Amino acid sequence: MYVKAYERPQSLYREFERKAEDRRSTHYCPGCGHGNLHKYIAEAIDELGVQDRTIFISPVGCSVYGYQYFDVGNIQVAHGRAPAVATAMKRALPESLVVSYQGDGDLAAIGGNEIMHAANRGENLTVFFINNAIYGMTGGQMAPTTLLGQKTATTPFGRVLQSEGYPLRVGELLASLEGPSYIERVALYDTASRMKARRAVHKALKNQIEGRGFSLVEVLSPCPTGWGLSPNEACDWVREQLLPVYPLGVLRDQSEHREGWVRRRAIVTPAEIPHVLGLRETAETVTVPNRERISGANLHPRIKIAGFGGQGVLFLGKILAEAGMHEGWHVSWFPSYGPEMRGGTANCHVSLSDQPIGSPIVSDPTLLIALNRPSLERFEAEVVSGGTIIYDCSLIDVAPARPDIDAIALPATTLATDAGNARVANVVALGACLAKMGMLNREAVTHMLDDLSREKGKQEVNGRAFEAGYRFVLDSPG
Amino acid sequence: MARELIKGNEAIVKAALLAGCRSFYGYPITPASEIAEAAARYFPLAGGTFLQAESEIASINMVYGAAATGERTMTASSGPGMSLMQEGISYLAGAELPCVIADITRGGPGLGNIAPEQGDYHQIVKGGGHGNYRTIVYAPNSGQEMCDLTMLAFEVADRYRNPVVLMTDGAIGQMMEPVDFPALAVEAPVKSWAVRGNAETRGNLISSFHMLPEELERHERHLEEKYAAACRELVRWESWQTEDAGIVVIGYGIVSRILRTAIGRVREMGIRAGLLRPITLWPFPEEEIKRLAERVNGFLVVEMSNGQMVDDVRLAVGGRPPVEFYGRVGGTIPTTGELVDRIVRMSEVSHVRQSI
Repeated sequence: MYVKAYERPQSLYREFERKAEDRRSTHYCPGCGHGNLHKYIAEAIDELGVQDRTIFISPVGCSVYGYQYFDVGNIQVAHGRAPAVATAMKRALPESLVVSYQGDGDLAAIGGNEIMHAANRGENLTVFFINNAIYGMTGGQMAPTTLLGQKTATTPFGRVLQSEGYPLRVGELLASLEGPSYIERVALYDTASRMKARRAVHKALKNQIEGRGFSLVEVLSPCPTGWGLSPNEACDWVREQLLPVYPLGVLRDQSEHREGWVRRRAIVTPAEIPHVLGLRETAETVTVPNRERISGANLHPRIKIAGFGGQGVLFLGKILAEAGMHEGWHVSWFPSYGPEMRGGTANCHVSLSDQPIGSPIVSDPTLLIALNRPSLERFEAEVVSGGTIIYDCSLIDVAPARPDIDAIALPATTLATDAGNARVANVVALGACLAKMGMLNREAVTHMLDDLSREKGKQEVNGRAFEAGYRFVLDSPG
Repeated sequence: MARELIKGNEAIVKAALLAGCRSFYGYPITPASEIAEAAARYFPLAGGTFLQAESEIASINMVYGAAATGERTMTASSGPGMSLMQEGISYLAGAELPCVIADITRGGPGLGNIAPEQGDYHQIVKGGGHGNYRTIVYAPNSGQEMCDLTMLAFEVADRYRNPVVLMTDGAIGQMMEPVDFPALAVEAPVKSWAVRGNAETRGNLISSFHMLPEELERHERHLEEKYAAACRELVRWESWQTEDAGIVVIGYGIVSRILRTAIGRVREMGIRAGLLRPITLWPFPEEEIKRLAERVNGFLVVEMSNGQMVDDVRLAVGGRPPVEFYGRVGGTIPTTGELVDRIVRMSEVSHVRQSI
C-alpha cells in the first residue's frame, strides 16, 4: 500500500499542446513564476471542487496560452481588457467562477482603466496580477512596475524618474478604493513565500465562490530571461530589489463583511417581455383616416413648431403626431436635439399624410407655430406660399411681414395665464393648431392630454387652455 | 402587434429585448444616448443586465465577454465611440462572437459635432479595426426598420457568429414614427460553442489567437467562406421607381427619405428618376447596381459625407454609365429642394437626357 502524496492537479491538462516536441513541460522559461502560479490556481480549483464552473481568461502576454494549461472553460481576450470581459461573463453567469490572469503591462498599463473600474464596482471576480517589473513576451521592455534605474529594452540606460516616473504600486492603488474586498501582495522567491502565495490564491478564489466580491492577488514573480539572470539569481532579485518597493502583505480585506455579493438577474420569461416593455396589443385593422373632415383638402400638412427650450415645443409636436397616428395617418416627428435643447432654442418637425412620409424634415412648412420672436424671424421665410403662421403675440412684438401667408396672432401666453398657468401656452397653441388643421379629432387629443397629466388640477388647466386656443381660431374672422 | 409612436433609438432597445437580447453595455454619447437610457430602464426589468461602462473600449469588451457566454448582447455608440470600439470589433470577428452594435452617426472628424453625418461609412463598412474581417451592416431608414432590422441583426449575428452593425444617422435615431412591434418575444438559441461555466462547455475555448501562420490562414479562409455566404444570402435593398428610370439615385439612412420625396417631385416634372436604397451596406447590393448599370444612363449617389459609399457604387458600376456624387458634410441635411435641383441638373446633361 502507498498513499499518493502529490499529483498534478486535475484542473491542469495532462499534456500541453503548445510544444509539439515536449508535451509534458510548459512553454515558460526555466525559473519563471507563471508555472508555480498556474499550479496553485489549479490546486485551489481542485480543492474547492469548482473545475466545471471555472472560466479562465487568458490575457495578452507570456500567459496568453493559459487555455492550454487549465482544463476549465477558456477564453482569450484583448490586451488589458480582461476585467471588462470578466465583468460581463460573471453577470451573465453568476454561478460561474471567473478568473482573470494578467501581467503588469496588461493590467497596470494598457488595462489600467478596466481594472480600476472593475475593482471599484466590486465585481465578484478573482484577479491574479503577475508583477515581474518587465514586459516578458514582447522581449523585455519597460513595464509601469519597472524599478527606477532598472535597465530594459526601452530603458537602455535605466528607468529615469524625470522621464518614466515612479514604479506603479497597483495593489496599494486599488486597495484605496471602497469596492474591492481583498487585495494581497505575495511573492515567489522561496518555499515560505510560495506557500503564502498558494494560500492567497486559494482565498481569492474561495471569496468569489462565497460571493464576497472583488479579490486581487498581486504576485511578485521572477523573470530570469527578462532580467538577464539565472533562476536562482532571479529569486534573489525578487527578494532584494522588488520587495523594498513592493512590500508584501494584505493590503485590504473586507471579505468577512461582504457576504452575498452576487449580482443576480430577475427571471423573466419571453412571454412576459412585451408587458415589461409596456407594449399594448393594438388592433390589426388599421384605422382609415377621416379625410372628409378636412376642408382645405390638405392631406399632407408639414408643421414646424419652434420656441425656447422649456416652452413645451417638442411635447406639442408629439401630441400632434400621436393623435395623427391613432387616427390612422402616417406621421413623423423630428426634433432638434443635443445640448441646444437645454436652454437655447428648440424646434420640431411634424408631418402627417395619407401617404408614407418621405423626408421627415420640414424645410418648407405648411404651418409654422412660433412661440418666440427668434423662431418667427428665423422660419417665416420657409413657410410655403398660402401657408399658415400661428404665433404667440403675447410674447412676440412683431408680426409676420409676408402677405402671401395666413398669419394668426394668437395671444397664447395670455390665454394660458387666464386658463390658470402661463406655462401651458403650448397647449393653447395645440388647440389653435387643431382648429386650423381640421384633420384631427379634438376629443381624442384632449383625452390624450388627460392621459399624460394624471393630476386633476392640471387636466383642467390643460382642458381650458386647449379650448381657448381652439375657440380663438374658430372665432377669428376669415 | 403593438403600435407605438417611438424614437428610433428607443425602438432599438425594445426590439433587442423582443429578440432575446439580455445584456447591454454602453457609454453615453449624443446622438445615441437614448439607447443607453432606454436600455438602463428596460434591461433590468426584462431579467437582463444594463451596465454603463467606463469607456467604449470597456463596453465592447464587455460585449465580448457576454457574447462568449452565449447570450444575445449589444452596445450602441456614435462615431467617436465607434472609433474606440474598433479593436474590440476586430477581436469579436476574429473569435467569431455574435453581437449587435448600433452606430447612430454624427459629425466628424475628431469631436466634429452631434449633427447627423454619414462619415462613418468607411470605418464601419470597410472595417475600422485590424485584420481581415467583415462586419455585416444594416442601414435602417425608419422607426419600423429600427425595430425590424434590430431583430434581424440578432438572428444574423448568431447564424454567422459575427458582429452585426446597425448603422444609421442621428436623424433616424432621434425621430419618432409609429412602430409596430411584434407581440411575442423570441427565445434566444442555446449555443453549444459558448463558455458557460458548466461541465458541458468545459472543453470550449473562445479565442482569436492562432500563433502558427498556417493555422491562422486556415482560420481566415474559414472566415472568408462565411463572408462569401453572407454575400450570397444577406444582401438587401429597396428599389423605388427604378423600372423605367433613366437616372437611379442611391442613398441610405435619412438621405434616402429625402430622396424619396425629391424623386416624387421630379417625377411630377416628367423626369424618370428612381431610388435605390441599400439596406445592407455590407454585403453591398452590387449585383443589383450592375444590373441597373446595363440600362440606366447615370447614377447619382447622395451622401451626408465627402463621398464614401460612392466608391462601392463605382466599383459595382465599373466605369459606365457615369456615377455622379452629391454630398453635404458637417451635419447639414440636404433639403428636398436642393436634391430636386441636383437631379434636374443631371437630367439636363445630354448623355443622360437622350433616353429619358
